[in-house]
Amino acid sequence: MNPIEQAVVWLNDPLNWTNPGGVLDRLVEHLGISGAAVALGCLVAWPLGLWLGHTGRGGGVVVLVSNVTLAIPTIALLTILPLTALGFGKPPVIIALAVFAVPPLLANAYTGIRQVDPEVRDAARGMGLSGGQLLRRVELPLAVPYLAAGFRTAAVQVVATAALASFVNGGGLGQIISAGFGLGISIGGGQILAGGLLVALLALLVELAFALVERVVTPRPLRRNRRRVARRADQRAAAAITGS
Amino acid sequence: MSFRVIDRADPGNPWFSWDYVQGNSETILAALREHAALTAQAVLIAALVAIPLAVLAYWFRPLTGPILALSGVLYTIPSLALFAFVAPYLGTGTATVLLGLVLYALLLIIRNVLAGLNQVPAEVRDAAQGMGYGRFARLLRIDLPLALPGIFTGLRLATVSTVALVTVGVLVGHGGLGQLILGGFRNNFFKAEIMTGTLLCVLLALVLDLLLAGLARLLTPWARRRGAAG
Repeated sequence: MNPIEQAVVWLNDPLNWTNPGGVLDRLVEHLGISGAAVALGCLVAWPLGLWLGHTGRGGGVVVLVSNVTLAIPTIALLTILPLTALGFGKPPVIIALAVFAVPPLLANAYTGIRQVDPEVRDAARGMGLSGGQLLRRVELPLAVPYLAAGFRTAAVQVVATAALASFVNGGGLGQIISAGFGLGISIGGGQILAGGLLVALLALLVELAFALVERVVTPRPLRRNRRRVARRADQRAAAAITGS
Repeated sequence: MSFRVIDRADPGNPWFSWDYVQGNSETILAALREHAALTAQAVLIAALVAIPLAVLAYWFRPLTGPILALSGVLYTIPSLALFAFVAPYLGTGTATVLLGLVLYALLLIIRNVLAGLNQVPAEVRDAAQGMGYGRFARLLRIDLPLALPGIFTGLRLATVSTVALVTVGVLVGHGGLGQLILGGFRNNFFKAEIMTGTLLCVLLALVLDLLLAGLARLLTPWARRRGAAG
């Protein structure tokens, strides 16, 4: 049997889905870890990004965070964090993944506020809005498309990276792949392929789902520029990373 | 009894230890060499594939969407899954790791090269056309040189993220410094080994990034002059 047939056979076995540690268990684990990581990332990155954008300072911080996290291997954080005071279990895995969710969230929150038309800001100030009101009523609503774009990037990235948690036995769909490699390629080839398929499918589904969410939360007048907005934010982030 | 005394005098599992580095310098260097070689090969192959694709998208606008979408989908697929797709066919060798790394670096390079090419001013293109440049001559002597900043942005992003990604190759036994990181974890949580691998990994990314930045500066003297003037 070639690996594809093996994978089909593996996916067709209901026990592989419903057993303890089967696909369904792993899927719930995977989504749980990813959800917690993205939530934690938002909790840290959004207030910081909004505040930095609002005050107009700290572009350097955003660049620095992106640079540093890009160079740190996920596996390093996944192995180092459990050995610190955090201890083993889910928390170190969630924190490790959250670290990689921060750059897109932070960069997009910052860019989202910075791109608000200065004249709009002036007008709001002229109407007597205080700094907090300006942020809450003017800048934040206008930044929503950016926040959504950042959220989508972060969510997809975390769901994809969560597969690596299996290296430290952290759970998630990656465990299926690791277990397949444990069996050896000749026997576990089908399981490896099936696991890879499931992980890839989940990542693509999350991407699609959040693309839809992004569209829904973007106010209609801003939608026409949606693509341009997302691309511009990407380019800016790329330019920021290299400091050009 | 004496065993306990020794145990207490020596904390046993420090985050960093020169003894470990000196005692295992050969293993560490071998891992570093594998890591650097995999990174260099992956980025080189990815560039050789990505730059022609970007040029194709630049010449034939309708192809831009499909090319970017395809590489975007490849980029969305988790690295672990990518290795899982390839491993049953290519086995557990460096080829598996290399293919995964190349597919991953592709998007970063294509997107930045394309952005670089699109930034070539229309007047410059017109002038080149008026001077009788053909399509290929214009590409080689006008478009690509002017797109160099974009090309190097792509190469630097791809290099830094590839250095981090090579560690995932530990899955098939060729993870370069990842072997040290995960090896330390599996070897009774040997912190010194983990930390050495991590530090070298980040350092390698930094050094390669600086090298590429230096190269970009050398190859685009006009950008530097403009930067100094403005």
